[in-house]
Amino acid sequence: MIDLDTTDRLILRLLSEDATQSASAIGRRLGLSQPAAWRRIRKLHDAGVIKGQRLDLDPEKLGFGVTVFLGVKLATKGRVSLEDFERAVSAIPEVQTVEHILGLYDYRLRVVARDIPDFERVLRRRIMTLPGVGDVEANVLLSEERRPGPIG
Amino acid sequence: MLDDSDRRLLRQYQHSPDLGPAELAERAGLAPATCARRLERLRAAGIIRGNRAVIDWRALGYEVEVSLRITLDKTQARAFDEFLGCAREIPEVMEIQTFLGRVDLRLSVIARDMAHYQQIYRSAILTLPHIADIEALMHVARIKSDQGLPV
Repeated sequence: MIDLDTTDRLILRLLSEDATQSASAIGRRLGLSQPAAWRRIRKLHDAGVIKGQRLDLDPEKLGFGVTVFLGVKLATKGRVSLEDFERAVSAIPEVQTVEHILGLYDYRLRVVARDIPDFERVLRRRIMTLPGVGDVEANVLLSEERRPGPIG
Repeated sequence: MLDDSDRRLLRQYQHSPDLGPAELAERAGLAPATCARRLERLRAAGIIRGNRAVIDWRALGYEVEVSLRITLDKTQARAFDEFLGCAREIPEVMEIQTFLGRVDLRLSVIARDMAHYQQIYRSAILTLPHIADIEALMHVARIKSDQGLPV
């Protein structure tokens, strides 16, 4: 784990808004020389603080009008291999994220669909037929915001 | 509307957001100028909202991630707005989602360790307004996290 100073935090914030900015553009915004900005960005990558990039697309404009979070409980714990379930669920294109959680459910899935009938199709044909799937709880996403997090 | 080339471009770009313009054009099977023009159009239409760095919070010492599922007291007309306004003030809150379903809201919260989480939970979360019920789910692992859309 590395300690960040204020400048590192500002760089992280700028890059989490737009990762395609060059080191000189970042430097200009923060009053750093291009090499100094480049070294700091490099350090953030090397320390694993920046683990990659994510293309942020507007699902609705691409025709995905419905996002549903599913809480999935496995029916026969111990008899179904978690790996089998995880592999099968990860292969479904409409499933965007799979998280293993502790609490009420075993897995939390984020599923996108074009509309409610399309979601029903995905649920019946793909989710309910997964190996070991038991209780499923659905919550339809109405709004979502991502916060910058504790980067100061 | 999107044509097949746009979809191919978005698939490639989603898969490897760190590609430079030349390589992206090549993988999408487009001439560099065409590719740049299409990207510009997708950005202008708001389809591409951004290309963002992904922060590994573990590398910064945040080991704990908890999902808080919250039901609000909806007899209060302004419950949602007031709750959201206050939740935004907590730096460790990473995501705020509202739902139609069994729960009203979900907050994704990160903390350095369990003691730090307890402190955030007691001092910041439980003092949020209009909470009727709250339920915590602890993250064990992310199995799939690309959040790609099947374009």
